[in-house]
Amino acid sequence: MVLTNGSFDAHRPPRRELLDDCVHCGFCLPSCPTYAVGGEEMDSPRGRIYLMDLAERGEIPLDRTMAGHIDSCLGCLACVTACPSGVQYDLLLEATRPQLERHVPRTRRDRLVRRAVFAVFPYPARMRVAALFGVLYRRLGLRALTHRLGIVDRLPAELRAAEGLLPPVKVRSLFRRLPARVAAVGERRLRVALLEGCAQRVLFGDVNAATARVLAAEGCEVVVPEGQRCCGALNLHAGLEDDAAARARRLIDTFEKAEADVVVANVAGCGSSMKEYDRLLADDPAYAERAARFAASVRDVTELLAELEPRAPRHPIQAKVAYHDACHLANAQRIRRQPRDLLRAVPGIELTDIAEAELCCGSAGIYNLVQPVAAEELGRRKAANIEAAAPDVIATANAGCLLQVRRFLGRDIPLVHPIEILDASIRGVPLERARR
Amino acid sequence: MSWAAELTEVLGRENVITDPARLRTYECDGLTGYRVVPAMVVLPRSAAEVAAAVGVCARHGVPFVARGAGTGLSGGALPVADGIVISLQRLRRIVEVDPVNLRAVVEPGVTNLDISKAAAPYGLYYAPDPSSQQVCTIGGNVAENSGGAHCLKYGFTVNHVLAAEVVLADGTVTTLGGDSPQLPGYDLLGAFIGSEGTLGIVTQVTVRLLAKPAAVRTMVADFATVAGAGDAVTGIVAAGIVPAAIEMLDNLAIQAVAASTQSVYTLDTVAALVVELDGPPDDVAEQFEQVQEICRAHGCTKVLVAEDAEQRALIWTGRKAAFAAVGRISPDYFVQDGVVPRGRLAEVLGRIAAMADEAGVRVANVFHAGDGNLHPLVLYSEAAGEHDRAERLSTEIAELCVELGGSLSGEHGIGADKACSMPRMFGEDDLATMLRLRSAFDPGGLCNPGKVFPTPRLCGERPGRYRPHPLEEAGVIERL
Ligand SMILES: Cc1cc2nc3c(=O)[nH]c(=O)nc-3n(C[C@H](O)[C@H](O)[C@H](O)COP(=O)(O)OP(=O)(O)OC[C@H]3O[C@@H](n4cnc5c(N)ncnc54)[C@H](O)[C@@H]3O)c2cc1C
Ligand code: SF4
Ligand code: SF4
Repeated sequence: MVLTNGSFDAHRPPRRELLDDCVHCGFCLPSCPTYAVGGEEMDSPRGRIYLMDLAERGEIPLDRTMAGHIDSCLGCLACVTACPSGVQYDLLLEATRPQLERHVPRTRRDRLVRRAVFAVFPYPARMRVAALFGVLYRRLGLRALTHRLGIVDRLPAELRAAEGLLPPVKVRSLFRRLPARVAAVGERRLRVALLEGCAQRVLFGDVNAATARVLAAEGCEVVVPEGQRCCGALNLHAGLEDDAAARARRLIDTFEKAEADVVVANVAGCGSSMKEYDRLLADDPAYAERAARFAASVRDVTELLAELEPRAPRHPIQAKVAYHDACHLANAQRIRRQPRDLLRAVPGIELTDIAEAELCCGSAGIYNLVQPVAAEELGRRKAANIEAAAPDVIATANAGCLLQVRRFLGRDIPLVHPIEILDASIRGVPLERARR
Repeated sequence: MSWAAELTEVLGRENVITDPARLRTYECDGLTGYRVVPAMVVLPRSAAEVAAAVGVCARHGVPFVARGAGTGLSGGALPVADGIVISLQRLRRIVEVDPVNLRAVVEPGVTNLDISKAAAPYGLYYAPDPSSQQVCTIGGNVAENSGGAHCLKYGFTVNHVLAAEVVLADGTVTTLGGDSPQLPGYDLLGAFIGSEGTLGIVTQVTVRLLAKPAAVRTMVADFATVAGAGDAVTGIVAAGIVPAAIEMLDNLAIQAVAASTQSVYTLDTVAALVVELDGPPDDVAEQFEQVQEICRAHGCTKVLVAEDAEQRALIWTGRKAAFAAVGRISPDYFVQDGVVPRGRLAEVLGRIAAMADEAGVRVANVFHAGDGNLHPLVLYSEAAGEHDRAERLSTEIAELCVELGGSLSGEHGIGADKACSMPRMFGEDDLATMLRLRSAFDPGGLCNPGKVFPTPRLCGERPGRYRPHPLEEAGVIERL
């Protein structure tokens, strides 16, 4: 047997044994959002794995065709959850994307959009300017005006997507910062370091505040390490491995200083990428061990709370809540039960199921910005399924999902992070007021 | 105009695939040992488009192969090199659920499970339940006359399809069967179901729905010997009990399941039976006791009774994931589908084990024991060069079933895989008669050619994985 990587280069190509795990049974097809939309084999997990397999054998080149089908993957990992054969598609995707980034030049338009996204999202300051622009845009009636004049309809699809995603934030909350330390209520059980997130801290400062309050109420001392930057999730999921690794190193440096027992994330995408730092930095002798330690200490906030025996009393909230699984929580981190259990433990809350729950909402990191057409169809489908369940409140644990679902919802149903419901319940205030 | 240009014009560029890399993702179905790259794949969006595409093929003499979800295990959807694949994945509408008349009308690309999901609000379901039900299409089910665990009591696809709209090989659209249960004349719908895509393409199906049973009880009974489990199956049926399902898993299959899902099976048991009873609560309760007694009489070592719906679901998830889960304990495998008379289960399992030992290959068993429908999984590693040995054993097992008075296939179809074994089961006259039926529907032989019937080309050499030409490897020529 000849040891080659076929069309891949030698730097971490998708591994043959991982490719061989796929038995071509197709059990993953119905949970794949792109297959649900188009029904084409090469836009299904089985088909994508087949393409990787062919490339690994050198039977097809790494070209725009192949890149197109890997780009169209949302990385939602519903296929990993569905696969009875234990195919680690997450690893295959992570290995394939950087190879394509290296070997297949992108079109000019695609390059520009991606560059713009990566120039803004990971930087809170720039994000704030963009969001501020968004607030003014709404407040000054520009949004209504541009819509009326049909300008929005004439924007390229990617920009239209960004325009539609702008959430209704208040200027005050754009500049809200968390205190550097929040003391535990009662006897301290843990010292936790909170990741603020980049888009999160700008657009969902309220969620961060609620997270800190709930953790404190449950006996955690919360520290918010100074100078923390982006965790690199967007880069990692887009195949920009080197950028992601650089960000990971810096974040590890920052968080190690906090000397916390646990690192807490409340954005599913960030949590899942931080849990992958050990793999990302495995080849870096200076960081491999530290990355492994760091990754092992990361918890999603709902995961951590489920591990702690509840201490703070919960006040009733009468509401029918639809819980939407964020892919990076449910599939990447396998956290499905914990947020549901936490919500069920609030007296008065009735949880309701959503049809096609396993199907991604189309947010998926930057997907809705770079693949707007498919994302739009998925967003509509998800919103329709949620509306059919007629909930009073929608809860989901990821910033991207919150933005995406809100955009397509026909009716005005409040969308919250589950931690906000918990926060309201612990404080004994109505949900609407807790969020103010 | 060339046929390719014509198809592109009729269907639109976005509904045809011609790019070589993309085409390759259609080169096989669930049986990956057979691969052929088609010349084109088309994805029509309506029955009218299917008819138009078939019409073009008929005029130009281009062979075509229908494809549902590509989960078939006999190479039924294996493409033809100079032909096209017609994917039904864009016909996924549930046209109607009619709770009054207990039926549903669906397009062929709808999955088996989605029919039951659509019927669930009315307390109804679609009974045939292949293990692949979450993904396989009703069109594929009709073509294969698929079965499942619960077909022991409820029958196969053929017992649950009332009518089918089909596109015949010349592009005409017609409906076989109809609303009334008894139609005069030949049962053409019956001929069509199980024809493996060789008589035409299904574009709409009317299925029967059943009311969910009042009570369901499920158990897993462990056995210290495979023979004991096999005899227990015979004992249950001989006692006049008709369970909804009797499934058997042997130790290798149980290990695979445990590696894959949250498993309820005993890891070190030699064999286990899953027995499910359904119907009126009193009958179910009484027979459930009886079944346990029969199992104990045949050396059952432990019985697990599902306490609630969740545990019952776990038992079935494990069973239904078993084939794919075998991927966890072996890089490659063949699934066989032979049937033996129920009374010979213990005997055939013993002989299979002996044959496996002799060939030096592992065989896992997970199957519909109540029907005597075996699914021996012959495990091998292509990389270790075990392919041919495993394939030979797999074929020998299928032919052993025929020898014992059974059949080559219970539910997966003959396809490309077992076509060469057909003469073992049927005489020349039988095959000639079948061929005449086929030719009456498809005189030109364009509709899924090369399947079911043995052909010298197929039985002489098997199309295998593409291997680069030496000149190509040397960089002298390039594959386009
Ligand atoms: C893990 C696993 C478990 C399985 N378990 C079972 C089981 O328990 N019982 C069982 O019976 N089978 C089982 N199967 C086999 C398979 O799922 C069935 O044969 C199924 O009916 C195939 O459906 P499909 O949509 O995937 O069809 P495909 O594989 O795409 O096609 C199968 C055949 O049907 C033809 N066909 C497809 N659509 C049409 C159409 N619209 N009109 C005419 N012909 C058409 C094709 O040409 C081909 O010959 C299993 C398969 C797997 C991978
Ligand atoms: S990825 Fe898993 S579920 Fe999908 S085809 Fe491969 S083995 Fe089957
Ligand atoms: S990660 Fe999501 S979009 Fe990508 S192949 Fe898997 S299921 Fe499909």
